[in-house]
Amino acid sequence: MSEVVLLRDVHRVYPGQPPVRALAGVGLRIEAGELVGIVGPSGSGKSTLLNVLGTLDRADTGLVRIDGQDVAGRSDRHLSALRAHRIGFVFQQFFLAPGVTALDNVADGLLYTGASLRERRRRAARTLERVGLTDRNHHRPHELSGGQRQRVAVARALVGRPALLLADEPTGALDSTSGAAVIELLHELRGDGTTIVIITHDHHVAADLPRTVHILDGRIESDERTA
Amino acid sequence: MSTATPPASRLRPRDTLRVAFSGLRARPLRAVLSALGIAVGIAAMVAVVGISASSREQVNQQLRELGTNLLTVRPGQEMMGGGDATLPPESIDMVARVGPVTDVSAIGTIQDTAVYRSSAVDANQTNGLSAYAADTDLLATVSGALAAGRWIDAAMAGYPTVVLGATTADRLGVAVTDGSVAIVIGEQPFVVVGILEPVPLAPELDEAALVGWPVASELLGFDGSPTTIYERSPESAVEAVRAVLPATVNPENPEEVTVSKPSDALAAQAAADETLTTLLLALGGVALLVGGIGVANTMVIAVLERRSEIGLRRALGATRAHIRRQFLGESVLLAALGGVGGALLGGAATAVFASSREWPFALPTWILAGAAAATIVIGALAGAYPAGRAARMSPTAALSVV
Ligand SMILES: Nc1ncnc2c1ncn2[C@@H]1O[C@H](COP(=O)(O)OP(=O)(O)OP(=O)(O)O)[C@@H](O)[C@H]1O
Ligand SMILES: [Mg+2]
Repeated sequence: MSEVVLLRDVHRVYPGQPPVRALAGVGLRIEAGELVGIVGPSGSGKSTLLNVLGTLDRADTGLVRIDGQDVAGRSDRHLSALRAHRIGFVFQQFFLAPGVTALDNVADGLLYTGASLRERRRRAARTLERVGLTDRNHHRPHELSGGQRQRVAVARALVGRPALLLADEPTGALDSTSGAAVIELLHELRGDGTTIVIITHDHHVAADLPRTVHILDGRIESDERTA
Repeated sequence: MSTATPPASRLRPRDTLRVAFSGLRARPLRAVLSALGIAVGIAAMVAVVGISASSREQVNQQLRELGTNLLTVRPGQEMMGGGDATLPPESIDMVARVGPVTDVSAIGTIQDTAVYRSSAVDANQTNGLSAYAADTDLLATVSGALAAGRWIDAAMAGYPTVVLGATTADRLGVAVTDGSVAIVIGEQPFVVVGILEPVPLAPELDEAALVGWPVASELLGFDGSPTTIYERSPESAVEAVRAVLPATVNPENPEEVTVSKPSDALAAQAAADETLTTLLLALGGVALLVGGIGVANTMVIAVLERRSEIGLRRALGATRAHIRRQFLGESVLLAALGGVGGALLGGAATAVFASSREWPFALPTWILAGAAAATIVIGALAGAYPAGRAARMSPTAALSVV
């Protein structure tokens, strides 16, 4: 099995008075096809870790290797290319474009790959099918339920067939039923070989995941595999 | 075990445009309102240039029709003695003998002769109208036209008939030329046979009552001395003829003779508008500047409001350059929206104004090209700072909008 994520002694300090040590020596290795939950109290550094994994933020020190690419010292263009082709994001607030159909929202997941609009829409339609929203292609975000919106956002993250899917509290804005449906979807995706990292506050969600990483004060407290 | 480097992020030019446009489409009212300033500036400039070009075109067209080879010879101010200066009666023939001259005609003021609608009018009440003896070929020489009736031909020149200038007909209230109306010139009734259109090259004829040369001598005591000689020659000879005319008509005192070119006066009138044009252009420029500030303001607000969109796009793989291009494109589109609207508005204003004055419609392409260039430059300048801010925004900060 090949590794998709490799962190070694990663530090991230937010400057300020006093400075905040958001990541204080994190080491983590995630193999292709894994489904990993990240849990921990508020302010423990989960989002910071996910941003570093997604190359949206840079570690101050330490090794960060995503999909075989060392992140340190890489240019903005290089990291953007990595995000465009190899990393998908799902956010708690969905961040769908208002007034734009589900199909085009998903197609925007391929916008920065340089694919033609036709190709983007074709692949978006297939991906919407995969998340079970075939009949909602032409609905706009305000015509969708919260759970459906998050599934559209998941489809947008998946449409580029990323090596790594990162989700920061994807069920945080959903009721338990729709939240469960989204988690169910992520479980299904695992079967396709996508590597998935989910931040969650929900213990039930965490309990069902095959691997759970506990974070406390910017350090990994425990790393448990159940399956 | 490292995977190959992924291909670079790429946003197609067409998609850049689409993305830039979608930002405007999301808030159409705001887009229209902030483009309005630019539209007003461009409209003002296009209309000012269009209207002055149409006016110049009108004058040029008129000059093409009237010709620029007409010279007018007048006795000028007499140095000594009183009374109106006149030219000797033979001066008409002398001008005709100048080599290149093709047409000669003249009018002569009939001294102390008033023009009235009827004999019932108080003779002391002057009305600014003058009676002239006119050559039969006057109308052709000055490119005049009849509004009604006919011109005095050789057969009629000996009878008490009169042709009225446009202003004269208006002041006397005469509109009929069928021979049923007579006016009074120097206590003699003259039948109105024709009314002239205004004569641009000889405006003095507008306030004239023109009678035949012979009848003026017989009935009104006209001495046969012309007061104005009109002369045409081929275009190439105009300056040469102009030089010899004073000595031709008055060999003793050539310096007393005034030779003028009425077409120059018409052209000068058109040129006089140009200072006003410059002033209005400057005002349009100020409106453009204000419009540009409006666009910049809108873009700064857009960037602040759309932080999460910027963060999302960065997460989807947009480079800083892609973000910069998106907002720069949006700003240029916004300005261009104003530019197109303004050009249409300015063009329409020109068309309406020109048609209301019966001018030809003229809109120089340089002003349209200039307007296009101005809006692109304004849009780029206005968008540069906000687009740079959007591009520099850190993705995590952009995404952590509360
Ligand atoms: N931009 C920032 N500037 C300064 N400090 C920051 C910044 N972002 C996060 N922090 C701090 O870093 C620490 C870790 O933040 P992080 O967002 O990673 O926590 P989290 O585990 O995701 O918490 P939550 O569960 O509430 O989302 C916190 O103490 C936070 O206050
Ligand atoms: Mg968080």
